[in-house]
Amino acid sequence: MEFTEFLWMTFGVFVTLCILSFLYKDNPFYKLAEHVVVGVSAGYFVIILWHNGLVPKLFSRLADGDWYYGFLNSSHVEYLIPAILGCIMWTRFSKDYAWLSRWPMAMYIGISAGLAIPLEMSNRVNKQLHAMMAEIDWANFVGHDGFNLLDVTSGLSQTIVMIGALAAIVYFFFSKEHKGAFGAIATLGIWVLMIGFGASFGFTVMARISLFTNRLQDTFRWGNVAFNTGNANYHAGFIVVFWGLILFVAGYAVYEIVTNLKRRSSTT
Amino acid sequence: MQTFEKLMKLDRRWVYLLLIIVCVWSYIADFTVPILVEPEVRSIHSFIDSLPEGDIVMIAIDYDPNNLAELHPMTYAMVEHCWRNKVKTIFTSLSQNGPGMCDQALRDLTDSMALDREYNGVEYKGREIVNGIDYCFLGYKPYFAIVILGMGQDFRLPFPTDYYGTPLDSIPMMKGVINYGQCACVIDISGGNITDAWISYGQGRFGFPLALGLTGVMTAQYYPYLGSGQVFGIMGGLLGAAQYEELADNPGRAKDGMRVQLFAHMVIILFIVMGNVGYFASRRRLKQEGRA
Repeated sequence: MEFTEFLWMTFGVFVTLCILSFLYKDNPFYKLAEHVVVGVSAGYFVIILWHNGLVPKLFSRLADGDWYYGFLNSSHVEYLIPAILGCIMWTRFSKDYAWLSRWPMAMYIGISAGLAIPLEMSNRVNKQLHAMMAEIDWANFVGHDGFNLLDVTSGLSQTIVMIGALAAIVYFFFSKEHKGAFGAIATLGIWVLMIGFGASFGFTVMARISLFTNRLQDTFRWGNVAFNTGNANYHAGFIVVFWGLILFVAGYAVYEIVTNLKRRSSTT
Repeated sequence: MQTFEKLMKLDRRWVYLLLIIVCVWSYIADFTVPILVEPEVRSIHSFIDSLPEGDIVMIAIDYDPNNLAELHPMTYAMVEHCWRNKVKTIFTSLSQNGPGMCDQALRDLTDSMALDREYNGVEYKGREIVNGIDYCFLGYKPYFAIVILGMGQDFRLPFPTDYYGTPLDSIPMMKGVINYGQCACVIDISGGNITDAWISYGQGRFGFPLALGLTGVMTAQYYPYLGSGQVFGIMGGLLGAAQYEELADNPGRAKDGMRVQLFAHMVIILFIVMGNVGYFASRRRLKQEGRA
């Protein structure tokens, strides 16, 4: 491993510790890491957008491959229309001309709605409704290859989905009091919703632990490089870790002292 | 103060500390966790396994570094599985930070493919993976819905060149490849709402087989599409990735992380039970004392 790569790994571990320090309490190290992440992401996004959007889709076409004189005799002058509409978006920063920005916004929303409505209705509403109301697969009621509760296309799963969906819809029907048989179905609906939220919560916990596991894996990988005496980076790694720790602890101590002094002066 | 009330007022930092200790211990400890493979992951693996040499799979790397932990292992396991079976791949990234993710995976996987390996008892000789012959990386374009629709007409509409600036017509594996029609399936590995667009604007509009690799947070939300047949497989979170690694006999970071998952979940369940017991017991005591 090259030394520069090792330094980047070290920086990654440092930023990880900074972020995790928030679990104790808010502190400047956490803020530093947070701002670095936001700044790097924003900067990266702007460059990606420039090189993958504006340059190939607009400037290159307007310039016909000739950056200096191409603009003057471009064969794609129609691209000036979206360019102008895009520039008009910036009028939002002016109180007097902000109304102009409604034109490109209207065009953008109009095109998006036109594209989205038929496809969304067809694929996320109609097909889902059709799947819910499809004829129950009695032939494979308990699973396609024998009894299998995990088979989401078995007749049993279809039945559970249909009953569950109807019960959950009944729960949100407030025009009739939830009493008697109707109330019982609504109660079943709450249970279905709770099971759904529970599944989402379980997956979310797994996701959060996965993030921490990934940082653990990288930290241990870094540790194997930094503290492995057989590694060429051992001494450099030791120095980086030693001074890094001292700086981290000293920085945090200074922060705590300054915060306490400020608190005391404000109370006296 | 009663024990249960103390439980209710336990400083959250103790929970974090215990969780960190358990995670670190289970990561260091030397044991393996058995992986139960679910049908929705098996169907993706079987689909790729059944493809003949030279077929093309499109893989959308639609995630950013914040989802790397869960989704990178899926990409690694699946792409290596494709390449070992000599299935060609077209990559695209419709998430703004996706190209970096894809580029990193490509570099690591081309290195890994150079080595001789044995998976599920089959020996695979190491071979050089060549850009343009084994894979093509289209890159990123903004406005994913428009890009997905554009690719359905012709890949060259949104991507006249690949990520590295080579015109698509000069790339050997893209000769005769016009749109999704020439791809055996599309697999979207995503950490955001781009998946919705792949379902509505991609699969719904053009009818290609679609499989999903999702973050844990998203997974439960997309199971209805599996039941309706709109997607033929789902890999959910790190567990889905671990299942794919298990099927491909290619253990990686996901299987490695399952040990931590097991014990972390046990700690979280323990605290949930403790919190509930504390809540109900203190409520009962307050009722008995006539304070509630």
